[in-house]
Amino acid sequence: MKSGSTLERMLESGRFAVCAEAGPPKGSSPKVIQKKGEILKSCSDAVNVTDNQTAIVRASSISGCVLLKELGVEPVLQMVVRDRNRIGLQSDILGAVALGVRNVLCLSGDHQRFGNHPTAKGVYDIDSMQLIQMVKAMRDDHKFLNGEEVSGDIPLFIGAAANPFADPFEFRVTRLAKKVNAGADFIQTQGIFDTPKFVEWMKMVRDRGLHEKTHILAGLIPMKSVGMARYMRNNVPGLSVPKELVDRMADAKDPKEEGVKICLETIEQLKDVEGVHGVHIMAIAWEDIVPRIVEEAGLMPRPVV
Amino acid sequence: MIVAERKPIDEIIGFVQDCKKILLVGCNECVTVCYAGGKKEVGILSSALKMAFSKEGKNLDVKEATLERQCDPEYVQQLSEYYDQYDAIVSMACGVGVQELAMRYLNKQVFPALNTNFMGASQGQGIWEERCQGCGECVLGRTGGICPIARCAKSLLNGPCGGSMNGKCEISKEVDCAWQLIIDRLTGLKQMHMLEEIFPVKDWSPAGHGGPRRMVREDLKS
Repeated sequence: MKSGSTLERMLESGRFAVCAEAGPPKGSSPKVIQKKGEILKSCSDAVNVTDNQTAIVRASSISGCVLLKELGVEPVLQMVVRDRNRIGLQSDILGAVALGVRNVLCLSGDHQRFGNHPTAKGVYDIDSMQLIQMVKAMRDDHKFLNGEEVSGDIPLFIGAAANPFADPFEFRVTRLAKKVNAGADFIQTQGIFDTPKFVEWMKMVRDRGLHEKTHILAGLIPMKSVGMARYMRNNVPGLSVPKELVDRMADAKDPKEEGVKICLETIEQLKDVEGVHGVHIMAIAWEDIVPRIVEEAGLMPRPVV
Repeated sequence: MIVAERKPIDEIIGFVQDCKKILLVGCNECVTVCYAGGKKEVGILSSALKMAFSKEGKNLDVKEATLERQCDPEYVQQLSEYYDQYDAIVSMACGVGVQELAMRYLNKQVFPALNTNFMGASQGQGIWEERCQGCGECVLGRTGGICPIARCAKSLLNGPCGGSMNGKCEISKEVDCAWQLIIDRLTGLKQMHMLEEIFPVKDWSPAGHGGPRRMVREDLKS
């Protein structure tokens, strides 16, 4: 075991994993994360805590991880390279491990121009690929980026993101291969709406044998309204929401029900895709729908590993 | 070239509002090419300042001078004979030129008339784009001659982030995704294998993060 985390044990035992997501608040109250943690506790194996998602200042990912751990929920620490240089990132890795974090997701992060401090200086000292490599070297070789010795163990299960829907499509699998070579133990994908495209990407992933070297968790974003569907289709770079799904949401009498239905249909299709080892449900500001989705997807109860 | 553009006129007026006589200095290099601070622009700014002053019932005497290069002490020296007759110097060069004047003429206030934007190239009439950040360790040999440091919004070295769509960067539909350009070019050159290898962490110290940069060529030192 690299980290001994629940997520690692779940995936290494060959079971279909379920991850969820909890975004920290734009404020200092611990209750927001605690509430999300209570909702997600029994229906997921691990919960990602976002790191200033969409470049909007929020309580830190590490603080959210600690709050989840106190509730007995396993956190996944998200780390973006936008806000911290190699010194800050390595420092936070040490601190996170000291606080009991066992999973980390290495990301580039949304550009600061999207967020609520668009005039900020972006850091981008290292990129997400190099972050994966750096964490792996800290864990496996006990080495900082500069070659100095890390004291103590860094038992982290290392994750990375993949977006099969961004361009250039052909390079997306190469980029995944690079992330796997860099040390990504698991992958969480962008939210999937265009299932045929994801299936095509997974075939390319299998052709390179990558599904045997890393655990791919398919991303899902339950849609709450047609407005959300349209917004994601038109305004979120890197998301691909087919018109047909937007129409379904628009025509639905109960859009929330339709959103759940679409999500469940997608999970059913994904379960059959060779190499998909789990799902990552990102119910943005709709955490309380996750238990129902997991239940109705036939993924309850969560196995104890 | 260094691409610059003139500051808003009110900002420049604000610098010199208490002056009666100013020395307005252009530069015949990059800023001439990008129509920001050459002889012609010196003339235009000079007229604009005089008009603004006369509207207020004040008089401004402007001496116009355009140097071959403001980044070269040899040319900056040419102002030494008469600079002292003026209340202030306004430079229409890039930030390098402004500082050369400031360091040479210590008893005079020197104000910038331009904002120095970037190192770039003309992309058509009135359009310039950034091409180089002077990082001191050129990566172009590995990226098909297209710079991800200057042209990727996140300076990524290992391929496009998840925000690349239809050849455009996630920050704006006006901005090309540098990695799409790199991949297109390397695909055309049948050199895509170059991107399989992980690009190592970059040393940013020659890029200016190691403190102000200085270069010494022993072979040229006198």
